[in-house]
Amino acid sequence: MAQLIYLTTLLPLVGFLINGLLGKKIKNEKIIGIIGSGTIGISFLIVLGAFFQTLALPVDQRQTIVHLFTWIQAGNFQVDAAYQVDQLSLVMALIVTGVGFIIHVYSIGYMHGDKGFGRFFAYLNLFIFAMMNLILADNFLLMFLGWEGVGLCSYLLIGFWYDRKFEKSTTSDAAKKAFIVNRIGDFGFLLGMFLIYLTFGSLNFNDVFTRAASLNIPQYVFNFIALFLFIGATGKSAQIPLYIWLPDAMAGPTPVSALIHAATMVTAGVYMVARCSILYASAPAIMTVVAVIGVLTAFFAATIGLVQNDIKKVLAYSTVSQLGYMFLALGVGAFTSGIFHVMTHAFFKALLFLGAGSVIHGMHDEQNIQNYGGLKKYMPKTYITFLIASLAISGIPPLSGYFSKDEILWYSFANGNFFYWLIGAVTALLTAFYMFRLVSLTFEGKERFGHDKHPHESPSVMTIPLIILAVLSAVGGFIGIPELFSGDHGNQFENWLEPIFKPAQARLAIYGVHSNAEEIILMIVTLAGVIGSIYAARYIYLKNNKPAENLSKKFKGVYNLLLNKYFVDEAYDAVVVNPLVKGSDKVLWSFADVKIIDGLINGVAGLIEKISGSIRKIQTGVAQFYALIMMLGIVAALFWIILSL
Amino acid sequence: MLYNYLISFLLAVPLVGALLILLIKKDKDDLVRYFGLFISVAAFVVSLIIYFGYDAARGGFQLNEKYMWISNLHISYSVGIDGISLLLVLLTTFLTPLTLLSSWKSITKNVKGFTFFMLLLEVGMLGVFVSLDLFLFYIFWEAMLIPMYFIIGIWGGPRRVYASVKFFLFTMFGSLLMLVAIIWIGVYASGTLGHFSSDLIELYGIGPTIQYNIQLWMFLAFALSFAIKVPIFPLHTWLPDAHVEAPTAGSVILAGVLLKMGTYGLLRFCLPLFPQAALYFAPYISVLAIIGIIYGALVAMVQKDMKKLVAYSSVAHLGFVVLGIFALTQESMQGAVIQMVNHGLSTGALFLLVGVVYDRMHTRLIAEYGGIAKIVPVFAVFLMIASLSSIGLPGLNGFVGEFLILLGTFKSPVLDSWWYAGFAASGVIFAAVYLLWMYQRVVFGEVKNPKVNELKDMNKREVFILSAIFVFVIWIGVYPSTFLKVSESSTQKVIEQVLNIQNNGAK
Repeated sequence: MAQLIYLTTLLPLVGFLINGLLGKKIKNEKIIGIIGSGTIGISFLIVLGAFFQTLALPVDQRQTIVHLFTWIQAGNFQVDAAYQVDQLSLVMALIVTGVGFIIHVYSIGYMHGDKGFGRFFAYLNLFIFAMMNLILADNFLLMFLGWEGVGLCSYLLIGFWYDRKFEKSTTSDAAKKAFIVNRIGDFGFLLGMFLIYLTFGSLNFNDVFTRAASLNIPQYVFNFIALFLFIGATGKSAQIPLYIWLPDAMAGPTPVSALIHAATMVTAGVYMVARCSILYASAPAIMTVVAVIGVLTAFFAATIGLVQNDIKKVLAYSTVSQLGYMFLALGVGAFTSGIFHVMTHAFFKALLFLGAGSVIHGMHDEQNIQNYGGLKKYMPKTYITFLIASLAISGIPPLSGYFSKDEILWYSFANGNFFYWLIGAVTALLTAFYMFRLVSLTFEGKERFGHDKHPHESPSVMTIPLIILAVLSAVGGFIGIPELFSGDHGNQFENWLEPIFKPAQARLAIYGVHSNAEEIILMIVTLAGVIGSIYAARYIYLKNNKPAENLSKKFKGVYNLLLNKYFVDEAYDAVVVNPLVKGSDKVLWSFADVKIIDGLINGVAGLIEKISGSIRKIQTGVAQFYALIMMLGIVAALFWIILSL
Repeated sequence: MLYNYLISFLLAVPLVGALLILLIKKDKDDLVRYFGLFISVAAFVVSLIIYFGYDAARGGFQLNEKYMWISNLHISYSVGIDGISLLLVLLTTFLTPLTLLSSWKSITKNVKGFTFFMLLLEVGMLGVFVSLDLFLFYIFWEAMLIPMYFIIGIWGGPRRVYASVKFFLFTMFGSLLMLVAIIWIGVYASGTLGHFSSDLIELYGIGPTIQYNIQLWMFLAFALSFAIKVPIFPLHTWLPDAHVEAPTAGSVILAGVLLKMGTYGLLRFCLPLFPQAALYFAPYISVLAIIGIIYGALVAMVQKDMKKLVAYSSVAHLGFVVLGIFALTQESMQGAVIQMVNHGLSTGALFLLVGVVYDRMHTRLIAEYGGIAKIVPVFAVFLMIASLSSIGLPGLNGFVGEFLILLGTFKSPVLDSWWYAGFAASGVIFAAVYLLWMYQRVVFGEVKNPKVNELKDMNKREVFILSAIFVFVIWIGVYPSTFLKVSESSTQKVIEQVLNIQNNGAK
């Protein structure tokens, strides 16, 4: 099965071509939907097959390289189109095809009746094609192909409803912003690749990583490589300072938000850093940068999430925040925990978005949570599944989010320091708070919507995916139960990934000197805080709204700051975007190009014309004048001859 | 038998075709169109035969022909082809029929003259790429100006006279200095050879022996002429004017092939003839190239006219090519050669697409469009693909060239600094900015100008032309080896010619 892994990119590509080229002719939504989801479903089965096959192999033989063809070759540089099937890529591939398949199916219901139905599924399949290339690539360049490819699909899907307004601008503005901000990150990725090639003479993962572990390479080179690649990651995975595109990406249809902007694409940066664990382990200073950026992003985004009123916006900032956790994990060397959180987050965040989609669907495109309320009566399945996901993300045991988040918090303390833990734990409280603010305002309390709205439960093609994801969100954490509880058995998930991160762990040489008691204490503290947070949110938003109102009045400045997302977009516009556009227009174009360069050239041309114009006047055509000049010339010549005698 | 004269045959086909067109009666427009198309396709077929006959593994100049022309000066008709010129010949013969096809309906004034000049232009361009004698090269180089001058001047836009004169004078100015330099070398060569020489192969041996400070001047005399043609910043201001005023076919050929003559000239003449000077100037020209990349992109961003935007984007793209050439690594040079082809394809496609809507709306102003995705969906898809190709999306052609250039520049021992590649790579951000912004304003959003409601989508002819280009856009993106292989040994030779001198030390 592992040898057939290329089918998992080929099938989505075929699906893209069929629906893209013939979608308009097919017209039948069922056929389009079956082609679109079917290709992903089969891909999932292939990945599953490859997984079990690999599982049966001895640990040291769990890597299969599937070579397709030589992609680019010039001089000594060579890079192949080849896939690498191993423990890490299999985990990611299972998430992408599995969750991807569920979301494809859900989309059949959600996009029902849309004019661009065929186009939507074509883009969605193209996305899976690119994402699978990103994950399965056995070298940096093919990964980059997937990396940019998913960016393109994200662009196309954010701007899917290209004639719609979105907030103050349009969906196409949001799409463009996403692409360009990602490109800034990709610029870093490119530089990272150049430096890797210069240092290791190859872009192939196996070559680079073995050489990184064995060769003697100056520290600063590792630092630059790790930093450049991390810039790429901050773009794709929406971290400070490049996170700004993700909240705007919510302009796209909700299944897109679930698939691309929550479960899969945005975790690409986490995957890439984890894949390069040995490079990061060789650059401890950059590990610290990763951890600090991660924990700050987690906290910062969570504070914004507290006050947003658009259901998707809350979830978007929550995603940014959770991605921050993942980078915190990577930064403290807990690579497995980072990937573990990628997985659990894929389950519960996809579920939250799909649930939100179900609510939006049932509420006729209303997205403001202030205009919801009491919806659990109308959409019970959506409510229950949404609740499970909210509990999972808040970290209530034994749901999946509890295990992954707790692990990250523990390692941030054990391998990092108290402040990482503290900020991480506070963020956990904030997470629980905004999630239950969302649940309370949406599903419980009084109905605040008008009589024109007739909320209804979504069809089963949408609710069944919710239920499947709810089950996964609930039990998905059990494969990664920490040693603390599972005893000798160890952490299954960690055991599976261990060979991938072994060289990095060896270089980091972190040996826990902490006791189980510490782990338990921290866990209890966090858990108590989270539960308190949930109660507080429920109390404020269901029983007594006074405290929230008082707070927002008392700290009006802070509240406005949060509501306006710290004015970061405005600051970027004022400092970067506007000067660049105005400068290019007024200085480079109108002044330098037209006035100076072209002016100089036209000036020279004009000067020549003028000179020749005045010389021309001598040619009067009057013979007497010529004779006079001739005489004067002869006289002058004579004088000169006489004088020089 | 004919095989030995293939290159002459390639030049003869469009030349004879052009002359035959003169015999056709003036009012038979369709006959002229079909005949012109037939001739240009025939030339493409001949170039394909050359492609299959060229032994890429062996490299070097092949299919050489040499006949004495002006015997007392030892000037000869000497032609031949190597991997680099082969790719550009193929690009030329591939684009010419497509441009004729694209003018099918849009050129109605004096079709006979137009087709005549287009074929003549093809002769000139092909001649430039296959000449192995400096004098012969110079003649083709200059001769090619004339048909282009008329194409812009007769079938161009409202300011066509200004633009064509500017184009002519700009390029003419550069080439005069080149002529002086050609004569100087020919005379210098007689010191060694005993006779005047303009034979490129002979001069390859002699050029590097020229005294260092004279070599610098010789290099500059050649390079200036090429730099204007490329164009390298700050010699680019003729380009936007020429593009905006030229008819679509003119723009496609101008961007697609003519600009490559400049970069080709740098590769073929400046580098191997004056290697020490090339090494000396490499950092300076690279800096200008990088300025061109960033400056071209920023200025493109704020253009209001689609054609001008694409024209300035050419300044940026050609900056990459020049950088790749002067980084003097195998990777970057291969990237530069493939990028010449890429730029011809993607910019050609962009100009053709602008032409598609211009034919219908008679305006190229971005602000006059908006929201046309729904009205012309096929056009929207094609413009997207062309833009992505130009942006350098991996999987499409542009990426392969840009990546190899940047990679080679990064590791270049001649430039020996990360900064070059670092700054140049920022161009990938700006390319996305200006093209996606234009795309957004033209295609997305709501309809603002009611006139666009009557736009008709692309017809079969237009779909065919662009699909033909996109076949190669994807081919080069996915499997560039087909093309990289062709030029591999030729670019390697150029690098050796330059760097061996460096290693042996100047004589």
